[in-house]
Amino acid sequence: MSVRRRERKSAAMRFELSSEQRLLQSVTADFLEKNGSVATVRSLADEGRHFDRNVWRQGAELGWTAMLVPEEAGGGSASGQGLIDATIIGEQMGLHAAPGPFTVVNTVAAALAEASNADEHADLVGELVAGEKVATWACCAPGGRWNPEAGAVEARADGDGYVLNGVHDSVELGTDADVLLVLARTPEGLTQFVIPAGTAGVSVQPLESLDLVRGFARVEYTDARVPAGALVGAAGAAAPAVERQLQLALVLQCSELVGVVQRVLEFTTQWMFDRYSFGRPLASYQALKHRFADMTMWSEAAQATMAAAAEAVQERREDAAELVSIAKSYIGQRATDIIQDCVQLHGGIGVTWEHDIHLYLRRATVDRVTWGSPSDHRRRIADLLEV
Amino acid sequence: MTATTTAGETAGIESVESFRQRAREWIPANLRRRADMTDAELVQNGDLSDAGAWKRARELQRMLYDGGFAGICYPKEYGGLGLTPEHQRAFNEEVAGYETPVVLQVPTFTICGPTILDMGTEEQKREHLPKVMRGEEVLVQFLSEPRGGSDLAGVTTRATRDGDVFILNGAKIWSTSAYAADYALCLTRTDWDAPKHRGLTMFLVKVQQPAVQLSRIKQVDGGDEFCEEFLDDVEVPASAVVGEVNGGWAVASRQLFHERNAVGGGSQYFSGARGESRRGAPTEELIDVVRRTGQADDPRARELVGEVHALGKIHSQLIDRVVAGMRTEKLPAAAGSIIRLFGGESATRRVEIGVELAGPASVMADPDGPDTREFGVSFLMRQASSLGGGSTEMARNIISERILGMPREYAADRDVPFNQVKRGR
Repeated sequence: MSVRRRERKSAAMRFELSSEQRLLQSVTADFLEKNGSVATVRSLADEGRHFDRNVWRQGAELGWTAMLVPEEAGGGSASGQGLIDATIIGEQMGLHAAPGPFTVVNTVAAALAEASNADEHADLVGELVAGEKVATWACCAPGGRWNPEAGAVEARADGDGYVLNGVHDSVELGTDADVLLVLARTPEGLTQFVIPAGTAGVSVQPLESLDLVRGFARVEYTDARVPAGALVGAAGAAAPAVERQLQLALVLQCSELVGVVQRVLEFTTQWMFDRYSFGRPLASYQALKHRFADMTMWSEAAQATMAAAAEAVQERREDAAELVSIAKSYIGQRATDIIQDCVQLHGGIGVTWEHDIHLYLRRATVDRVTWGSPSDHRRRIADLLEV
Repeated sequence: MTATTTAGETAGIESVESFRQRAREWIPANLRRRADMTDAELVQNGDLSDAGAWKRARELQRMLYDGGFAGICYPKEYGGLGLTPEHQRAFNEEVAGYETPVVLQVPTFTICGPTILDMGTEEQKREHLPKVMRGEEVLVQFLSEPRGGSDLAGVTTRATRDGDVFILNGAKIWSTSAYAADYALCLTRTDWDAPKHRGLTMFLVKVQQPAVQLSRIKQVDGGDEFCEEFLDDVEVPASAVVGEVNGGWAVASRQLFHERNAVGGGSQYFSGARGESRRGAPTEELIDVVRRTGQADDPRARELVGEVHALGKIHSQLIDRVVAGMRTEKLPAAAGSIIRLFGGESATRRVEIGVELAGPASVMADPDGPDTREFGVSFLMRQASSLGGGSTEMARNIISERILGMPREYAADRDVPFNQVKRGR
């Protein structure tokens, strides 16, 4: 049986890109091909490192850190719709299972730039956009649940500053970050501070991660004194900002998952044409073709719901929270469903260290459970519907 | 897509906003709010097996026509408005929550009409489409036969030429709503010596005539909109051939394309709000049941409600994506099968969850509360959404072969003269 593989354009991921967006996509892809591929991930892991600061700075020059920050604050998007542009980069991060603090830096940069006292943090935003500094987002309670309110660290007013006590878990790249955006609770309510990682009384303990280059940390605050200037927004008024940060982070996480799935499906499809059993390619077996049909449907649905969530958050629509949770609940589940099935279709090679598919499965698994699992988000949908 | 079907985005058409504004004023002044309708009326509105639903739908269609809202994406010369899918979408948004002729949408407006538009003769378009727009003509499909449905090109209904007419003999089945219809697109075999795809001819056949013996088939849910027809020397004029004689497969392919879009929910010719349940958003009925059965605080129940809600939204989002992809030719026309497959699969899951959450209330009527056995009945009919409009197995073949380019299934009848093809009994 002769098999002609009809090429499927990988550009089919996005239907209506402006020329600026296409440029952003291709420049990012080319750069990651050279500096952020799975080979890079493997060598970083061998060296016990999470990412390369130089590469991150170069990525920042390509706009990786600028999309969610307004031009007057040193940022600037490709199309005027910064979050949509950021998801284009996020997909490329997923396609390459790339290392780096893309999601957390962008989330924190947006948080600082959108804060009511953004002026006070303008220098830091500039450093984040330039890739000179790396920030992360500390908001999760120990014990694994994701609801930002549940795990707030206590902050007590003390003189002209605050004293922090408590613990955050699941702090992405916490051991690499120069600054932390810390969620705490004051008597007035949820409050956020931005503090240097080396602040006295703040200890950062690495947590070994399933993902070879996406490390996590536990951050403990023991009578850590922070000045009033560290406040992001007003004391007690952080709840809406935190919700916004969660939406931004989840949209970027979903865009990464969409890219991960896209790449795994690409190379597994190719494998189906290249691998022969009983004298015919795997792609000719109906039992397997039908599984690819299902996976194609899930992947298209994942792209659709990610794009819908990104648009709603970009436009700050009322249904943004709902659409974000819908996207995460679906993509978090389907991404790992698809990759596991692709492991199965690879046969034994699929569960070896040598094959790259585990790097994608690692990333998708970590993304699935951080900032809310699919089940968590289904329940959040019910909350939003006021069941 | 041929030039005639692409609703002209030419200069001089009414802007979407002005059209929307006109709809916003006309709809409340002329249509009934669903909230003001009785439960029985709401059930009837979408009940294909209720003759009263068809009578009412024809009246509603006439009202839409007189109001200037019929056939939004159909060309003006055939009684439509010649507007764009964006106009249709605006109308669908505005008309949500109002009574519309639901039963006319599939297959009349979304499958048969577009197929005639794409493949019919000028005379056929002028004869049939304006009547469709006015609610005077209902169209259905005579495709499947008792011998099989998925292998559509293997039909054995015979059409024999006799001067200016063709004589049709054979049997058709699963022709949804045929009892209420005026004309059917009927696929027949005209050349038995040619390989199966090359001996087919499509006709527009008058349904209500003595030579068409129609019976209705009772379904598991008690409905009986499925029909079966025996064609006994049905005489059809040669002018009723749609497309070419022996070129019927091209017409059927176009019809199936429209069918997949319609069944998946992606048709630009669908007029009315998508997926309106009796009480508005589809999740509402489930939420009612969860509250009534005291499960509102149960995390497991809340999770399932969230899942159902997500699936409904994602279905719409996927339709938007796939339709946009096909319009810009980034996705092939076969991508309609992606939404068709999602429609079937997500309905399966939603129905499953309905029974899970409604529990005993899905299988026995509560003497004190509302009867929620519809959850159980939907479960009995669960597979219908994976069968009607082409089975999900066929959709999976199409996705893997025509989108992913995987090898086609082996066909023992390829290039074999049809009269030599093996058939079951």
